[in-house]
Amino acid sequence: MAKPKVAFYWCASCGGCEEAIVDLNEDILKVADLVNIVFWPCAMDFKYDDVRKMKDGEISVSFINGAIRTEENEEMAVLLRQKSKIVISFGACSHMGGIPGLGNFWDKESIFESAYGKSCPSVDNPNRIVPQERWQVSEGELTLPKFYNTVKSLDQVIDVDYYLPGCSPEPYLTMNAIVKLLSGDLPAKGTVLAPAKALCDRCSRSETKPEKLSIKKIERVATLQPDPEKCFLAQGIICMGPVTRFGCKEEGDGRCISANMPCRGCYGPPPGVKDVGAKMVSALASIVGLDGEEEMKEEDIQKLMDQIPDPAGTFYRFSLPTSMMRRKRMTSEEN
Amino acid sequence: MKRIGVFICHCGVNIADTVDVELLTEKLADYPGIAHIENYMFMCSDPGQNLIKDAVKTHKLDSVVVAACSPTLHESTFQNAIAEVDVNKYQLEIGNIREQCSWVHSNKEEGTRKAELIIKTAVEKAKLNQSLDPVSAPLTKRVLIIGGGIAGIQAALDIADGGYEVVLVEKKPSIGGHMIQLSETFPTLDCSQCILTPKMVQLGKHKNIKLYVNSEVEAIGGFMGNFKVTIKRQPQYVDPDKCTLCDDCTVACPVVVPSEYDEGLTYRKAIYVPFPQAIPASYTIDTENCLGFEPIACGECKKACLAEAIDYDKKEEIFIEDFGAVILATGFDLYPVENIPEYGYGKYLDVLNGLQFERILSATGPTGGKMLRPSDGKVPKEIVFIQCSGSRDPERHKPYCSKICCMYTLKHAKLYKHKVHDGQPYIFYIDIRSGGKRYEEFIQEGVSEDGIVYIRGKVAKIYKEGDKMIVHGMDTLTGHKVKIKADMVVLAQSIVPSEGSGKLFKTLKLGTDSNGFMSEAHPKLRPLESLQSGFYLAGAGQGPKDIPDAVSQASGAAAKVLALMSNDEVQHEPIIATVDENKCSGCSVCIGTCPYGARELNEDRIAAVNDILCEGCGACISACPSGASQQKNLTDDQIMKMINVIIN
Repeated sequence: MAKPKVAFYWCASCGGCEEAIVDLNEDILKVADLVNIVFWPCAMDFKYDDVRKMKDGEISVSFINGAIRTEENEEMAVLLRQKSKIVISFGACSHMGGIPGLGNFWDKESIFESAYGKSCPSVDNPNRIVPQERWQVSEGELTLPKFYNTVKSLDQVIDVDYYLPGCSPEPYLTMNAIVKLLSGDLPAKGTVLAPAKALCDRCSRSETKPEKLSIKKIERVATLQPDPEKCFLAQGIICMGPVTRFGCKEEGDGRCISANMPCRGCYGPPPGVKDVGAKMVSALASIVGLDGEEEMKEEDIQKLMDQIPDPAGTFYRFSLPTSMMRRKRMTSEEN
Repeated sequence: MKRIGVFICHCGVNIADTVDVELLTEKLADYPGIAHIENYMFMCSDPGQNLIKDAVKTHKLDSVVVAACSPTLHESTFQNAIAEVDVNKYQLEIGNIREQCSWVHSNKEEGTRKAELIIKTAVEKAKLNQSLDPVSAPLTKRVLIIGGGIAGIQAALDIADGGYEVVLVEKKPSIGGHMIQLSETFPTLDCSQCILTPKMVQLGKHKNIKLYVNSEVEAIGGFMGNFKVTIKRQPQYVDPDKCTLCDDCTVACPVVVPSEYDEGLTYRKAIYVPFPQAIPASYTIDTENCLGFEPIACGECKKACLAEAIDYDKKEEIFIEDFGAVILATGFDLYPVENIPEYGYGKYLDVLNGLQFERILSATGPTGGKMLRPSDGKVPKEIVFIQCSGSRDPERHKPYCSKICCMYTLKHAKLYKHKVHDGQPYIFYIDIRSGGKRYEEFIQEGVSEDGIVYIRGKVAKIYKEGDKMIVHGMDTLTGHKVKIKADMVVLAQSIVPSEGSGKLFKTLKLGTDSNGFMSEAHPKLRPLESLQSGFYLAGAGQGPKDIPDAVSQASGAAAKVLALMSNDEVQHEPIIATVDENKCSGCSVCIGTCPYGARELNEDRIAAVNDILCEGCGACISACPSGASQQKNLTDDQIMKMINVIIN
């Protein structure tokens, strides 16, 4: 029987998710044994036309990482959806929009201004030359894909079967997913293929939390040397652990926690939570200044909350495109 | 799929004038989930309720939406109606199309459109409502009364006579409140101590009443029917069983302190009995002013005591006791004269407040009942009384009327005149409020028989000139300014909640109004209880009132408590928080948010809810970052579906 066909593609991506596949190390040989990789622009020499020539559903599983930033990303996502039986949204950018998703605080105009215009100090572009979608040269017409105003997650442009979360997903999760899918024992459509509970469930620091968690002063890793054994929230350092799904390590504490850094939330929320930022803000507001809150005045509360550095980047670092608001309000109607 | 019945009420024209109920009945008939829909004039009436019950039976409905007035009015009416036809009462959903729709809009088209949305959201919520059972808890048949004034005393006697155990906690060394300081009470001119002390003695001897004086409530936990209260008692250092009230100790004591009972007009010693009829009948050492006994700096009182009743080694005690209900009777104090600059900031000796004047009138007071003024002991011939001092003044002092001042000021003027036959009392007033039984007659008697001069106007300034107090006021009925050279001035200061009660109310999380008085559950129909279950209110702590009203309220609160005690258990609403163990990661963010202490982490480090303590406030639910915490019959899912109805 022919080996099942598998494809890997990257949209608006940093390449880390491609690395994550390579990080399977020796297990990649097992993967190569089990499947036939028919498309992997990063590592192998296949062309888009190769995919276009395939029959619908010919690819058993496509792993698509990266956010949808340009027309090309969307086109390829749609194409692979057509040609695949199962599409897996691979990595945080594909799952929730990821770091590129923070671009949704701006639009094409302001981003181009920043990259090609006067606002960037290292750019010398007095004639403001910017990329064009169509450009005539003597040899013919050159085209570039359209740059969208809004970054989207994969499931906002195509139907997604499963998600492998994380920035980037752990090799053991990827391996488990491949084995499970090939066994034919398919979980419910839309399942995120990682443990269902938040980080605190497995965190060794959880026991150091006091009975009544209360933050008196918000600290940053830049201003306070974190105690390597105490819960970050108990120390006043914002940790996205309570609102983030576990999975970044097969056993023990989360990856960042083990390095004495607070969790940033790259695995996305536990099941049932739609808006990561809103939930974390609710949770944080419930514990900031809890002790002595009856005596606090408006100004005291404002001062306490002002200590949060970069709320947008902290609470919506990976999930802005899939949040309830999705993006900063735009004046134009364009996508 | 649930079979939901929708019943739209006209409420006469209250709803029907602004909401086209007939149109809605027709329009919503096909909405998915609605198995039956009809409208009626007055759903809350008997025929209206029967309509619902019949429809439930005929159309086999398992859930009911009533689109009518606010749930605070008739939710329980309809819940009980459907329970009578075997539908769980928590399958009842109210869509408020009156207070939140017809009463706040005037355009019928808009009102109808909004009512349609309201009904649809109620239907969406009803679709996911679950049948629930109330939580039952046992009931402790003991009652705590905080405050030993006339209201606290009356309530204690009523409940104790009803056969239940009462614990009365009083801050001062004796019960009696302010009533025991009064000389005579209006309108009967009964001697205040003579009518109060029998009740005090009865209380002291009652087998069902345990009295803690010098005590305060430190903390309270639990819930209605099962309160756990921490009481802290400061020692008196004198054994009431041994003390013979011989007074030798006060003679020996070298420390002199202004007397609280005599409102600072005279002094007491550091070891003292507040007044002769004190209950418990015992002396007390005031450790704040005593020279000290750790180490013993003086020790004279102990040496003088032949009964050997004094024990310096007594310590502060903590009692933790269980109660089923709590009655708050914390009483009042007077608004300080120091807060009124134009009347002298309280620095004039001959400008007094009402309680100070009572002590001068009293036979057991600092002047032995003679009418003498504090500064030089002279008999005041011209005396000015000022009503509404600090009251009815929203800009600078208290906005409310203190209710009793018109009556006691006349009483003061009358009693003054009985003692100083050639004296002239003047009363500055804004209105005369004498609504109680025989009150108006009392006032008229004062005017016609006792020669009291009433001047309608406010006093702008009081100052001293020589040995007279100059009172500058206005007579608005004649339009002339008035200047009186008075020997003494008595201010009817505003009634305020008693000192320290604010802190107590915060500890108990008891609702208060903007003036600090305890909030009743409903000003008209539920004046004796707090919205917080298990707390009942009595006396001036709930608002200024006279003695008959305080006694009535106390007996009323006692009756409510007796009704509660006649059950064997208490029922608790089941619309409470739940935790999905499969989602909870033990992050503990929710634990500290619960104002009722109803949450904790269990041995598996999962958040657990105490069903009985949870009041369904929702704080933990909004705090939960993983959606593990949800409210029964108000889940995130239900809320999202309701929002979708409105925005789509």
